[in-house]
Amino acid sequence: MRKPPEPVQVIKQRRDEALSKLVGRVPYIQYLGVTFDRRGDELTAVLPYAVKLIGNPLLPAIHGGVTSAFLEITSVISLSWATLWDDLESGELDGDSTAFRMPKTIDFTVDYLRSGLPRDAYARARITRSGRRYASVHVEGWQDNREKLFAQATGHFLMPQPRSDKS
Amino acid sequence: MSDKVNIARQFMEAIPHSRDLGMVLTAIENGVATITMPYDERLIGDPETGVVHGGAVSALMDSCCGAAVMSHPSNPGATATIDLRIDYMRSATPGQALSTTATCYHITRNVAFVRATAVDEDTDNPVAMATGTFTIEGQRR
Repeated sequence: MRKPPEPVQVIKQRRDEALSKLVGRVPYIQYLGVTFDRRGDELTAVLPYAVKLIGNPLLPAIHGGVTSAFLEITSVISLSWATLWDDLESGELDGDSTAFRMPKTIDFTVDYLRSGLPRDAYARARITRSGRRYASVHVEGWQDNREKLFAQATGHFLMPQPRSDKS
Repeated sequence: MSDKVNIARQFMEAIPHSRDLGMVLTAIENGVATITMPYDERLIGDPETGVVHGGAVSALMDSCCGAAVMSHPSNPGATATIDLRIDYMRSATPGQALSTTATCYHITRNVAFVRATAVDEDTDNPVAMATGTFTIEGQRR
């Protein structure tokens, strides 16, 4: 007989716990106040507006560095999340496993398309290629209107390697 | 300290995000600017090692490039980033301040071209390098 499907609450709890552990470990993500919405395996990063994020007090506009950091955080977390997903679903994810180690940014290029307005911003990353060592990610950021991006970026990342001393 | 550095420093302190990260402008002249940022546990990107997040490095680099453009002898009124690429060459050493020097090496009526290097205490081995283009918004008289 086929195994009965897992109750939906159990699945949701497992996924949400893994995500909040992944995100909660990084002080800089907490400092900027970035959170992640999850629908299935798709993540949307949210940057709630705060005065400390302002780079141009006259306009006012969000600091270009904050925009870049927000897109980079979205890329790194989306990448980690994608690598972690299979282990998470097969139940092979152990508590403090190496799976929570972050990819390292090799390079990151941001297009600033509009100034960041003093309101919440959102971002979603698409993993264009994910190999054993390198990954390429494209990420889009918007505010009120999904079609009107305020910034987009492409980055290359070095994936965490399995520890050689692993027994 | 020259008046120019003083004014630029006040300008920097008027930027909420730069002030929040403790950025200090230490030199600015003829399209070249230097900004330092102290190590801060809030900026950690890798909890296993305590290494600062790349995003914090880009905030520093972006500020510094903008300051370099503003200090160019052609006196641009204001500037905004069009594009900024950052190469992360190595992890910054935890506990050490970062310092970035940016040079606005070419400027036209509409666009400024900038290069920047970020170092920690090991100044011979850059942590990151950046190249960017910036808009020119009017001229100051």
